Amino acid sequence: MSHAIAQPPPELTREHALALLRDMLLVRRFEEKTVELYSAGKIRGFLHLYIGEEAVAAGAMRALSPDDRIVATYREHGQALLRGISAGAVMAEMFGRANGCSRGRGGSMHLFDAARRFYGGYAIVGGGLPVAVGLALADRLLQRSCITACFFGDGAVAEGEFHESLNLAALWSLPVLFLCENNYYAMGTALERHQAEPDIALKAAAYRMRSEVVDGMDVLAVEEATRRAARQVRESHSPVLLELRTYRFRAHSMYDPDLYRSKEEIERWRQRCPIKKFVERLREWDWLTDASYAELEAEIGGVVQRAVAEAEAGPLEPVADLLTDTCTPRDRPHDVPVAPQRASPP
Amino acid sequence: MTKITYREAVRAGLRAALSRDERVFLMGEDVGRYGGAYACSRGLLDEFGPERIRDTPLSESTFVGAGIGAALGGMRPIVEVMTVNFSLLALDQVVNNAATLRHMSGGQFSVPLIVRMATGGGRQLAAQHSHSLEVWYAHIPGIRVLSPATVQDAHDMLLAALDEPDPVFLFEHALLYPQEGDLDESLGPADLEHAALRHRGEHLTIVTYGGSLWKALAAADRLQAEGIGADVIDLRVLRPLDMPTVLESVARTHRALVVDEGWRTGSLAGEISAQIIEGAFYELDAPVSRLCSAEVPMPYAQQLEEAALPQVQSIVAAAKELVTHG
Repeated sequence: MSHAIAQPPPELTREHALALLRDMLLVRRFEEKTVELYSAGKIRGFLHLYIGEEAVAAGAMRALSPDDRIVATYREHGQALLRGISAGAVMAEMFGRANGCSRGRGGSMHLFDAARRFYGGYAIVGGGLPVAVGLALADRLLQRSCITACFFGDGAVAEGEFHESLNLAALWSLPVLFLCENNYYAMGTALERHQAEPDIALKAAAYRMRSEVVDGMDVLAVEEATRRAARQVRESHSPVLLELRTYRFRAHSMYDPDLYRSKEEIERWRQRCPIKKFVERLREWDWLTDASYAELEAEIGGVVQRAVAEAEAGPLEPVADLLTDTCTPRDRPHDVPVAPQRASPP
Repeated sequence: MTKITYREAVRAGLRAALSRDERVFLMGEDVGRYGGAYACSRGLLDEFGPERIRDTPLSESTFVGAGIGAALGGMRPIVEVMTVNFSLLALDQVVNNAATLRHMSGGQFSVPLIVRMATGGGRQLAAQHSHSLEVWYAHIPGIRVLSPATVQDAHDMLLAALDEPDPVFLFEHALLYPQEGDLDESLGPADLEHAALRHRGEHLTIVTYGGSLWKALAAADRLQAEGIGADVIDLRVLRPLDMPTVLESVARTHRALVVDEGWRTGSLAGEISAQIIEGAFYELDAPVSRLCSAEVPMPYAQQLEEAALPQVQSIVAAAKELVTHG
């Protein structure tokens, strides 16, 4: 756990620090609004909140390049918003509207955006990892320089696909950055109740993969570690695993009565709230005044409000289009990039 | 026109695919140095190198998932899963990712992936290497399921699958690999929409696919010798089914027998029967008849395995029963 320091790190600018704060606040306020809307029946299905974990998406997304590919989980509102999918498009998706980022076909758990190289939220735990490995394989074969960042939770570590994917990515030297968001619970089952070896980063050694444990409640630590790891992946053409230790303050989903952990435990983690701690540091550095914080909150409040309005106003896809996009229309060329010409395989 | 084995036809199809498009690569268990469990890819490693002919660990779920990712990333992967029995380890990737990504993303992504696998029994490989589970795949919207039964189709359907924007699953009956047939490489892309009428007759329609096609054709010859004419329809495409071809035949013969190596309950034969009843009920002179595998895990002992599977003899008997008493 990082301790507040009186001076900001030398390479950090106030502008960048405020951008990170804004990122985390956007996710927090957006999700708080979705809770209201869920209670009001505007959002249905499952809603998995990221509240408490914002430093992970905020730090990681700032460290990745726009060319990099993102594979995420069903708890991906933060990743989606901070990758640049508009709050309106994400909210509209959760409303099931045709102006949603997946045209209302995916909902909260399946946000996609081809233009932002956001390859989706995957709701079968571990199911995104092989896809990330394949994306990286394509990039390797086509000699592209981008990497694939693959988010997953500690629960996925128990899946065979975690081990298979780490093995294959390491064996074939594929540019995957595995980002394990360890929030200590696989739904309701605590890490030490589902892992014989609860040190997740350690497992990478079995695949001769570099790994690191990161304080996932500290946005600067996450950004710095992700930047370093992404550079390693890019330069070494081989995968790296980061274990980002974090905590969700809310229940697993809106259906979860949260009976499996104590109020004291939750409260202890709340004291480490990534936004609260970061705000304290910014104040210590004299980078944030009450007025500027209030201004930021107001600006984000506006973004969220406009997102709701956009979702409310969004059209419903006609039921006549129910089967659309089950298969790719045969009269339309599908969007597959053409490989560069090479004399021979690398 | 050349006479080659089904295995060689698959290999020629793979070679043509790899030569035609730089984005094509083959991956799977033992496809490289070993040459493929059924020798379909023998020699391709030397010809195309290890980047394009990739031996994978025994991680079905992950290499099928990686095929999905590579397809999303702009490649044209051909994944060989050794047999349908092992493909069950990858079913999550098939059902929840390959088949859903286009729809779930609101049409933003397509998955141009080809997955090939051997299927079927008849080689005394017992209950974990002998099943025909094509119907499980044919159940899933968002993918195309092919069952090439001829040398020509083994070659052409693979190549045509390369032009498909969505996932294509090819089922190759393991007994067909050594079988010889004619291959005309000049025919152009295979039709991936329609069933084929492989034998003509006026008294009944036998609907089948894959390895059972040859049993049905042998049965049709025997029936003909006894004065019973059978239409034999090779479905070729198991999803989406070409029912117009089946219904057109049934409208002429007024009797239908469906032969399917899958288990009877929940079988493709059941689906086809239902669609015949829905689409040609008033054309039928007899109830639709089904000949499927016995509902038992495939036994090892030869006589038991033979009894479990549709055979020429049992097809002839079922056809006669349908024509004379049905």
